Amino acid sequence: MKEFHYTIRDELGLHARPASLLVKKAGELSSRIVVVKKGRKVDARRLFGVMSLGIRCGDAIKFKLEGPKEEEEAELLKRFCENTF
Amino acid sequence: MKRLTGIGASRGVAIGKVHFIDNVVKRVECDTVVDTVLEMERFEEARLKAIEMLEELHQKAKNTVGPEESIIFEIHQLLLRDNDYVNSVHELIAKSHYSAAYAAQQTGERFAQMFSAMEDAYLRERSADMIDISSRVVRLLQGEAAYDVSQIKGQIIIAAKDLLPSETIQLDRDRVLGFVTSGGSQVSHSSILARTMGIPSVIGLGDQLAELVDGDMIVLDGFNGVLIANPPDKLLKDYHCKQAEYQLYRERLQTLKGVPSRTQDGVEIEIYGNIGHPSDVDSVLANDGQGVGLFRTEFLYMEYGGIPSEQTQFEAYRSVLERMNGRRVVVRTLDLGADKAAPGISLPAEENPALGYRALRICLKEQALFKTQLRALLRAALYGHLAIMFPMVISLDEIRQAKELVEVCREELEQEGIPYGDMELGIMIETPAAALLSDLFAPEVDFFSIGTNDLTQYTLAVDRMNMKVGDLYDPRNPAVLRLVQIAAESARRHGIWCGVCGESAADRRLTEHYLRMGVTELSVTPASILEMREKVLSINLSTEKEHFMSRV
Repeated sequence: MKEFHYTIRDELGLHARPASLLVKKAGELSSRIVVVKKGRKVDARRLFGVMSLGIRCGDAIKFKLEGPKEEEEAELLKRFCENTF
Repeated sequence: MKRLTGIGASRGVAIGKVHFIDNVVKRVECDTVVDTVLEMERFEEARLKAIEMLEELHQKAKNTVGPEESIIFEIHQLLLRDNDYVNSVHELIAKSHYSAAYAAQQTGERFAQMFSAMEDAYLRERSADMIDISSRVVRLLQGEAAYDVSQIKGQIIIAAKDLLPSETIQLDRDRVLGFVTSGGSQVSHSSILARTMGIPSVIGLGDQLAELVDGDMIVLDGFNGVLIANPPDKLLKDYHCKQAEYQLYRERLQTLKGVPSRTQDGVEIEIYGNIGHPSDVDSVLANDGQGVGLFRTEFLYMEYGGIPSEQTQFEAYRSVLERMNGRRVVVRTLDLGADKAAPGISLPAEENPALGYRALRICLKEQALFKTQLRALLRAALYGHLAIMFPMVISLDEIRQAKELVEVCREELEQEGIPYGDMELGIMIETPAAALLSDLFAPEVDFFSIGTNDLTQYTLAVDRMNMKVGDLYDPRNPAVLRLVQIAAESARRHGIWCGVCGESAADRRLTEHYLRMGVTELSVTPASILEMREKVLSINLSTEKEHFMSRV
């Protein structure tokens, strides 16, 4: 399993638009991806789940990836986060 | 005449007859079925049809409001494809034997409730999106057509309990002059769409809406969030003027691209944009900003999950300088504190972070951290017109220490044979101490940039995020303006330039005062650049005015 932390800097937090982009991105990757905020875990492929975390600007979230390509996909996902929110 | 007060969600004036539309979705009664398999198939069919309709809307919205705002209809499709949503409906059909319509309604309401219970105002508004998607499915299952706003006849102002985003996007701008609703908030998608489409609207009127009668002549004032029903002729005339003026104003702003920001008596003012990320340069350029007046560098520390290397920082600064192509870029050095933490820099919690270990105070203690940034800046200075400024200064000693460190970095680069460039060195005036001592600071630096947000907070001893005292926060308070005046005067006497980069730099009621004080640069959010240019063009500093400060 591969993990990394990310802090949201988008002023509106991980609201509908960025959340939908994340869900789409997660759908393109082969790893099982879990988003964790303050101990609550959701599947990164589920928009309701991601939106229901109510992630706001400045919140620190954790991504957990599991799968044969977890190393490289964690890098991809991290870069995606940096460019998106 | 009746006057109703709500929230102005989209600016502009609309004058016309009000027309109530009954777009409220009829609730379906609880109904059970025997053949659950058939019911699931019915749901699937309706769901796929709804996705198809949303795709059509999405394509249409792309043309009317552009890709940014139209994405909401793509999100609606994603929500309808989401497993959580689909499973919930399936379960209600399979286990409770609910009809497809009732199961879809229940699921929509359940999710809507989940969102409306959230702390975040933006996410709370997402409950409207939930209602929007499930009512579409419910209507399809009931064989009902959606309320068709595109069939509205004549020129009218729409009144409704609420407008769904999918209804707002279909409003025909030639026929719908504006809309008013009893519900809604500024951050709902309907409001965002209304602003992009340029449709004036007043929302959040609550029960007051019942005081209007279909066909009433109303004036909708989207600037002030006011509705006036059956206005007297005089008022109506005033509003017709206001409407025409605003229309001209919008058109005029677009013609100001490429025009110098010069007062009527020929004083050149620089209107810059504030940015928080290299990608924000796009909007500065799109709005014809003459430079970047505040480049916040905290993103570097937030984004890379640790302390960014000299090379990483150098590349970020260089990319902004290159894209600004010779126009001035003012970088604010690291401005972190216990309330603005970054991963990788451990700052213990403080009782009073606003008065604590922050900004330049950290940089002067953590010299390695600061030097990395300074070296990256010196190297990037070769690629454009760079100015750097230190935040939270209160003493001459701090300025000298910071300058000394710049000098040390320069010597290091020299010895290492690494090329570097020249840059202007300035300070932010955001503490009363800095303003009061500005005559001593001015000979030490190349410029001042007044950060009115912090200056106001520290002068008035008011935390504006604190709901109980937030209303005392006022950048127009004479005490704050006196300090701005003192700093601008010191700058003028020592022949350095002075700008304003806080939010009040975009307060058009203060522009003339600032310019009369001697401020020559205003740095604002990129979307306000043209409005500020328009304001500067209207000012004449040569005419004798009652001296503003005499009243302060």
